[in-house]
Amino acid sequence: MSAKRKGAYAAKVKRATHMLFFRRHQKPGVKGWELHKALGSDYPKVLDVLDDFLKPLDLQVKTVFEEEKVPEKPTLDELDKARFYVTLRGDLQPKEAKMIGWRIDDLAGLAITISYVISKKGQAARRDAEELLGEKLPGWKVGLNIDRYIRYGYLQQDDNEQLYLDWRTRAEVDQKALIDLLLRSEEEDKDAAESEEEEADEKSEES
Amino acid sequence: MQTQKPAKRKEHKKLGKDKLERIIDMMKGIESHTVDPFLLNIDEIIRIVQEYFPDWDQPEELNLDSEAIHHLATVIKLQSEWVKQRSTSLYTDPFLLEEKITQKNKQELTRVFLHAWHPIVELEQVTLRSLADAKRYWDALVPLKERWEQEAVTEVAMGTTSREELVEQSILRDEAFSAELERLWKELKDKVQAQGKEGKLAYMDWVSADTYAETVQRAYLTSFLVTYGYATLEIIPLEDEIFISPFDEPASKMSKQAVSVPIMLTFESWRKWKRGERD
Repeated sequence: MSAKRKGAYAAKVKRATHMLFFRRHQKPGVKGWELHKALGSDYPKVLDVLDDFLKPLDLQVKTVFEEEKVPEKPTLDELDKARFYVTLRGDLQPKEAKMIGWRIDDLAGLAITISYVISKKGQAARRDAEELLGEKLPGWKVGLNIDRYIRYGYLQQDDNEQLYLDWRTRAEVDQKALIDLLLRSEEEDKDAAESEEEEADEKSEES
Repeated sequence: MQTQKPAKRKEHKKLGKDKLERIIDMMKGIESHTVDPFLLNIDEIIRIVQEYFPDWDQPEELNLDSEAIHHLATVIKLQSEWVKQRSTSLYTDPFLLEEKITQKNKQELTRVFLHAWHPIVELEQVTLRSLADAKRYWDALVPLKERWEQEAVTEVAMGTTSREELVEQSILRDEAFSAELERLWKELKDKVQAQGKEGKLAYMDWVSADTYAETVQRAYLTSFLVTYGYATLEIIPLEDEIFISPFDEPASKMSKQAVSVPIMLTFESWRKWKRGERD
């Protein structure tokens, strides 16, 4: 790659970083066509380069396609219609989740509601989800929590009080991983928890 | 079947009709998601449909037969969707999942969720450049008192207005609305009697007047004639024709379901009508 070409790419990566990190609209993220307009038709390449830069920082460029099914080899048209975000590449520790403003109760409630909607083929009655949450959360908190998940964009609700997954769940949650993890046997859970604790201990000793 | 005696054949047909009706009801239940699609034995249904098909000779019997086939196709589609959904990697038995969820405590659930959650990263920050831009915008912004300058309104003394003045300003009409409707209703009856066929008149022939404004006004009043039960509309969709026929007495519409009928009355359609009249 010539120095001039490298320079042009560096400028595009910088521009893409600004567009993706700073919120431009009410919702975060940038539409493909906006990136196309700002960076040119090679914007998927620019995003690949940016993704490489973000890897060591445990961040990634996440693409959320218009259709729920993810195309194997997306066309430029499909990418133009998709939405792009920068998300965490790995996962957070419970302590870190607290630092970004989530109480453990609220996060557990979100996990339950999302997995319940997924298990009901993407649509569940709000009343049923409330009943499920009500088993472990105080009644006054259940409705407030679901309203909060709707407000944040994790869920949406129609006039018939049916809940669906919304844009933020599609952008942030690995739905398959969530269900797999929930269904894993308790023994595996214990093992995983123990190994995580060991890892955390090792890290703290090293530091 | 040809050799069957008429009475026996009639009985056989009745039995077939009953069976098809029961099958259709069940398939409707499946379509409305109240019955499991796999409760239906497709092969058995096809066998019944085939068995009775040679007996059908009346249009309503053939209609019943085709209705059964149509619903059967829908049920097969539902079965295929069911299989497809369950074969995807995302399918989970809701009961199994509920069971797992209730077994886990909050800490476990949160830990699981954190493995699948990759929150969006966003920044909110002002930069020197954005502050400088904002300052430039502020400097160029016209003060509110200049932007929303009050319009000078001349003060006038209070006074009274007459009915004629209100009519002139189109605030009041020169005759009471109900009286106007009554007059129009009478005009419609007279016109139908003079020019109509089978007690009705083409809608355009009725509403169209010498000017477009008058035509629109007549269409507007006509809508009230129909709403209040002074007249009714007959719409023939295939021929794109609308007729209006007056009632002798205003009919009560309370018992019927009210239906809104949008009718396009463009300037072009009025001109076309007018050219047709004058040619």
